[in-house]
Amino acid sequence: MIPGAFDYVRPSSLEGALTALRAAGDDGKVIAGGQSLLPLLRLRLAYPEILVDLGSVPELSGVRDEGSSLLVGAMTTHYDVLRDPLIHQHAPLVAAATATVADPAVRHRGTFGGSLAHADPAGDLPAVALAMDAVFVTSSREIPASEFFSDYLTSALEPDEVLLGVRLPKSYAGWGFHYEKFHRTAQAWAIVGVACLVQRSNGEISAARIGLTNMGSTPIRASAVEQAVTGGAANREAFRAAAESAAEGTSPPSDLHGSAEYRRHLVTVLTARALSKAASV
Amino acid sequence: MPRVSVEVDGVKYDDDVEPRLLLAHYLRDRLGKVGTPIGCDTSNCGACTVLLDGMSVKSCSVLAVQADGKDVTTIEGLGDGQTLHPLQRAFHEEHALQCGYCTPGMIIAALDLIRENADPSDEEIREGLEGNLCRCTGYQNIVRAVRRAADDMRGPADTTSAPEEATR
Amino acid sequence: MTAAPEIGSARLRSEDARLITGQTNWTDNIQLPGLLHVAFLRSPVAHGRITRIDAEPARGRPGVIAVFTGADFADEQGSLPTAWQVTEDMVLPDHPPVAVEEVRYVGEPVAVVVARDRYLAADALEAIDVDYETLPPVLDMDEAIKEGADLVHADKGTNKSYEWVFAAGDIDAAFRDAPVVIERRYVQQRLIPAAMEPRAVVCSVVGDEYTLWSSTQIPHVLRLMLATVTGIPEHRLRVIAPDVGGGFGSKLQVYGEEVACLLLAKRLGRPVKWTESRSEGNASVHHGRDQIQRLSLAAEADGRIRGLKVDLLADMGAYLMLITPGIPLLGAFMFNGIYKMDAYHFTCSGIFTNKTPTDAYRGAGRPEATFAIERLMDELASELSLDPLEVRRRNWITHEEFPYDTIAGLTYDSGNYEAATEKAHRLFEYDKLRAEQADRRERGDPVQLGIGISTFTEMCGLAPSRVLGSLAFGAGGWEHASVRMLPSGKVEVVTGSSAHGQGHETAWAQIAADRLGVPFEDVRVLHGDTSISPKGMDTYGSRSLAVGGVALYNACEKVIDKARRMAAHMLEADEQDIEFANGTFSVRGVPDQVRTVQEVSLATFLAHDLPEGFEPSLDSDATHDPANFSFPHGTHLCAAEVDTETGFVKLRSYVAVDDIGKVVNPLIVEGQVHGGLAQGIAQALYEEAVYDADGNLTTTTMADYLLPAATDLPTFTTDRTETPATTNPLGVKGVGEAGTIASTPAVVNAIVDALRPYGVADVPMPCTPERVWRACRAGGAQEAGRAGGPEHSPRPGAGGGLGSAGGEA
Repeated sequence: MIPGAFDYVRPSSLEGALTALRAAGDDGKVIAGGQSLLPLLRLRLAYPEILVDLGSVPELSGVRDEGSSLLVGAMTTHYDVLRDPLIHQHAPLVAAATATVADPAVRHRGTFGGSLAHADPAGDLPAVALAMDAVFVTSSREIPASEFFSDYLTSALEPDEVLLGVRLPKSYAGWGFHYEKFHRTAQAWAIVGVACLVQRSNGEISAARIGLTNMGSTPIRASAVEQAVTGGAANREAFRAAAESAAEGTSPPSDLHGSAEYRRHLVTVLTARALSKAASV
Repeated sequence: MPRVSVEVDGVKYDDDVEPRLLLAHYLRDRLGKVGTPIGCDTSNCGACTVLLDGMSVKSCSVLAVQADGKDVTTIEGLGDGQTLHPLQRAFHEEHALQCGYCTPGMIIAALDLIRENADPSDEEIREGLEGNLCRCTGYQNIVRAVRRAADDMRGPADTTSAPEEATR
Repeated sequence: MTAAPEIGSARLRSEDARLITGQTNWTDNIQLPGLLHVAFLRSPVAHGRITRIDAEPARGRPGVIAVFTGADFADEQGSLPTAWQVTEDMVLPDHPPVAVEEVRYVGEPVAVVVARDRYLAADALEAIDVDYETLPPVLDMDEAIKEGADLVHADKGTNKSYEWVFAAGDIDAAFRDAPVVIERRYVQQRLIPAAMEPRAVVCSVVGDEYTLWSSTQIPHVLRLMLATVTGIPEHRLRVIAPDVGGGFGSKLQVYGEEVACLLLAKRLGRPVKWTESRSEGNASVHHGRDQIQRLSLAAEADGRIRGLKVDLLADMGAYLMLITPGIPLLGAFMFNGIYKMDAYHFTCSGIFTNKTPTDAYRGAGRPEATFAIERLMDELASELSLDPLEVRRRNWITHEEFPYDTIAGLTYDSGNYEAATEKAHRLFEYDKLRAEQADRRERGDPVQLGIGISTFTEMCGLAPSRVLGSLAFGAGGWEHASVRMLPSGKVEVVTGSSAHGQGHETAWAQIAADRLGVPFEDVRVLHGDTSISPKGMDTYGSRSLAVGGVALYNACEKVIDKARRMAAHMLEADEQDIEFANGTFSVRGVPDQVRTVQEVSLATFLAHDLPEGFEPSLDSDATHDPANFSFPHGTHLCAAEVDTETGFVKLRSYVAVDDIGKVVNPLIVEGQVHGGLAQGIAQALYEEAVYDADGNLTTTTMADYLLPAATDLPTFTTDRTETPATTNPLGVKGVGEAGTIASTPAVVNAIVDALRPYGVADVPMPCTPERVWRACRAGGAQEAGRAGGPEHSPRPGAGGGLGSAGGEA
């Protein structure tokens, strides 16, 4: 299908982008890699009057070392995230989840910031950002991940606000990590995904961070599981027992690929598996 | 209307385009580069895959204006007009196509895959092609063709990988 | 010089040259001077009356040439044809190409825009304002046949299009006091064919001569039908199927969009093009399958089948299209499979619903039948605690029994089920996998292993015209071929088969080269254009080789017969003494006296010195009407790993041993089997067209309708046995649908086999992770004496022993 008509600007500076967005008001829309937006435009499920393309704003791409954290530029493509040594060193969970995003051609265009700002709870990266307590750095403020995802396909970003980058703390470097994605076919969205970070000491789990994909209208932390495993043994039985509470506080959707009831079951199995893989047991 | 300057298969084009014009339609309807077909609305099928500055993209999910200043390679730009590209030859010799509609995108995606990984295993080939759907072949001969092309492209000195899908 | 035989050689395909270089001629590639672009506005409601259409705002949009509604076309658009009147009293509703008063499925065309380019045409659709008075949609076949049900076609007074019955043997006697009765209800879900190339149509008019390019499997049938529907004389209409990107039955159709494009070109006097988008196509290309099967099998205590009862509800969708009503009946003769039995009773009711019409999809009727019998054989084995292969052995037709008249009234000419099964058994390492299965069961492994079997046959080579006539099909089943001997010694073959990915250009050249003794490279195959190939019945139902290939064989024989006379004249010998081999005519006993077929061809062209009364041409035509169907068969074995915690199914190995008779090109055969397997496996695991409670299709995109990618399918092991068909001179049977027909039950049997210890006797298709998981839970509940819910309940019955004799009510 064919998108409806829109105007288009590709500013070469952040200031230019902000000016364009302010002028557009509610009719403007940022386009990053466009890999989520273009299908929506083609199906005529979205009708922006003006697209502001961030593709020529140089300072939005790349991964920067900020000492205790990394700042991943919003326009950094999935492909570049996957090749970045800093990501592999300090935030390997991000690399693991990014590798499961769509397919190679989409990862060449799709961006880290774009897929987070799209705020699709079925996307793979929001749960990771949540688990890692990422901080969303925008043109006007800093938003913690716990406040960034406000609803289905809705983030805390204002229409004239641009996501500049996402700050990933280095504090999880060295933790065990795993992203467990469950989908029906290679191309299908996750029915459920589990992003998991665990810190082990002396055969026990000393800390755990778990984010859930597609278990509600936003990504969700599996706080009950995190608490249950912390201080417990790092073995499969303990993980299975702790994961029993993985669906606590979630409100998963029912759709073509799985009912809410199934997702509530699935998340317990997948959380146990993610913990085991993250803890390498 | 924005003006774009694009090099496609070695030829430079300067055109005024509507912002909403998809790269795939620009190639097909404006430039007559109809070797790249379109198979879906949602970037699932991959039939329209081309290289944009050397990287595979789905040309139905890129605006023509986003290709401004970039270099596009389509299936029509492989080979030199006289001899086939090793991937084209391998697809032919391994019977990796039937109706052929997915083939241009599949070959371009495979080219990108081999650029990333010169000696891919069968599993890596299957994963590397997961953004390209084929309804005719069941993929088995495509995997075989990509492996063969990768071997050919590495040259005779480095064809040590054991055949993994030997069954016919 | 004796060349290697062309028939049987793994020739690389000649059609690849354009397909791998981007020089393919897809319909959407066609550009004509003044070409206009067409877009269809489609119904957003499943059932409704059109109370008002305001197209004026669209007419005023920039670049818009014209907008028409169904009412504008009402006088000339006719009704889309149905070529199969399956019963005398079949209810056949009017089917306007563009809806006039009422819409009956989401996606039905209601108006059409013609504009300067495709973007402007798409925009103008949004400016057409349509008011619908919505009517209650009919979405469930069981509900649709109840007294007082809402009606899809109110004027018809019923949702039942027809009831068709076939009976053979004494079915009551077979079931009376039967030691074992297995009763099951299986659902063949609705599928979307999803050929990679979306449909496209281009139509031009010059004076009163029309040319229509369409992405179709059936240029010849389409030409006749379009002429009939629109009144444009057949001889003024040329239909071209350029390169066609797959069909799988979906392009075996006469579509409203094709009629509309013809009418638009006629009205506007300018060429028009329409190209479908995927999401529009998912809702408007005909769908496949969609049957509810109620099955009863009566057997002896030793597993021998006594009789089979089949009661089908087949979803026609909103209208009958080209062969919609006949599709389930193509399965009527196949429910008995490869097995012997005393009695068979088949009933099928065709039901209207407010959904996209159904019609042929790869296998067309035969996958449904094969699924039913092959699932039942596994259930019977389970009931009797026998190995499922053993139950099959006790029932199948043995190789010495051919030709065999089946209970369904067909004569299977040949086959060797033992040989194919033995080979598959060995390649699969059956006993080793059974041992692993036992071990996993023993250990209580959360990932269980299942082994699925499908020993299938199918009928293809559609079809003997007299059989089609007896079934009231609206055409014959012959195929046509011509061979043109060019003066330079080259050969042109014209075929009425219409390839869309199969590789006829290669295989047909092999047949001609083989028969005429000319080099493969010297043969060119022409097809897909009614001006170039004026006679044909096109490509579907695995018929091309078994009918069209044989027509070509016969045409080649006629060429040789003519050339033999000419050669005798040239060699000054008696025609009876002329021998022909490898392209050379010689006089018996005088080996140095030879003329090549090319020399004979040139001499005939020159015509300077011909035998008395000899017409100066070797060119020959043949129209072949098969004497019988052909019956490919095979044994497929599937190993599936089933994760009982998540319900995820991973196919570990798949062995397909097919017997398709003589093979012209093993490379092409292998490709056909691979692709067929992928589609059959996808029915078992992934694909389903889903409608919501309002009748909206929810799987309109490839993001929702899941097609397998490379990572979702296993590496197949394929092999063959070769039992030639005895009913045609090539000994060929057909291969296009074998993989699809065989694989679906093999996969589901494997899943159920894995879960037998959990009390599972069925998992509805597609076997999604959730359904597999639910079956595990409900199966356990069954064992505990509780019934599962209706949506997910496996049918109880196979609880061991002979306890289910008598079956369910």
